[in-house]
Amino acid sequence: MPYPSATQAFRQGAHSVLPLTSGVVPFGLITGVTAIGMGLSPADAIGMTLLFYSGSAQMVVMQLMQSGALPVTMVVTALVINLRFLMYSASLAPHLSHLPRRHKWPMAYLLSDQSFALCSLKMSSGELGRFAFHYYAGTAITMWFGWNLSVLAGMYLGAGIPEDWSLGFAIPLSFLALLIPSIRNRATLGAALTGGVLAVLAVGLPYNLGLLAGALGGIIAGLTLENLQKTKAVQPVADEHIEQDA
Amino acid sequence: MSEMSQWITFLLIGLGTFAVRLSFIEFYTVLRIPPLFRRALAYVPASVLAALVLPAVVFPDRHADFDWMNPQIPAAILAGLVAWRTRSTLLTLGVGMGALWALKHWGL
Repeated sequence: MPYPSATQAFRQGAHSVLPLTSGVVPFGLITGVTAIGMGLSPADAIGMTLLFYSGSAQMVVMQLMQSGALPVTMVVTALVINLRFLMYSASLAPHLSHLPRRHKWPMAYLLSDQSFALCSLKMSSGELGRFAFHYYAGTAITMWFGWNLSVLAGMYLGAGIPEDWSLGFAIPLSFLALLIPSIRNRATLGAALTGGVLAVLAVGLPYNLGLLAGALGGIIAGLTLENLQKTKAVQPVADEHIEQDA
Repeated sequence: MSEMSQWITFLLIGLGTFAVRLSFIEFYTVLRIPPLFRRALAYVPASVLAALVLPAVVFPDRHADFDWMNPQIPAAILAGLVAWRTRSTLLTLGVGMGALWALKHWGL
């Protein structure tokens, strides 16, 4: 349903993203707690949070800082993790690219998994009408506040948490909570298994290069499995037998 | 890492991430994603996240040898099951941390 005014579209966007915002609060808290726990100054932690506006990249970079990785490994890894935004950017571009730069650039900075998830379908179906931009802005600005405030809250909590609580384990756990939903079929499962096992085997490589090796191997495994499944789909009879075996 | 090189690293990641987000929104009319690259992007989350999680769980101390008795392994398996059944970040973190504390406390 098209919204009658820009304000209403903005409000509706903000309203529909709220449940998703509450989902990133624990991740934000952990990010703040971890930043302080690993010895970052509050200014460094806040600067990092604002510059990245990407929780997974921030967690990864903090983990790499702790293991003494090279800065170049940090930059490459963070950008590989954020490559998914390329996909989001491409999918929202038809609906945002006509805007003036003073709107387009801030909206690009605010692009998140959640805004993408809410807006991509609604924008392409045209149901948002001419206030699609305002709906997107409502989701994006709400997410931005939700994320940054929860990191800030985590930073305050983090200062008071003793070390023997093994809070470092919260980082792999929070990635695990993101990993499981990303496994949607056999190809993504193959990508995850290959990536994980390769990274474990290559853990002795210097500068955390094992992570990059694992990620690359996983992507290649996923693509290969996808190709194999397509080849199978051409022979529907043979496919049935394989499905039963698996 | 010095304060200076740390901030340069943060700035590069921030600018790079912004460039990735802006890419198609800014250059919509001229940019096209190659099909193979688009397909590869679909496997980025699963591969990268698994490559982050598994070593961090199996090797709590990066320089130690592999240890089957490491309490992080059962805690992570339990948390993985919770993530699978509930899709909740909060429950996954809660159960995983709780399991780790319990295992360490009772020395199992």
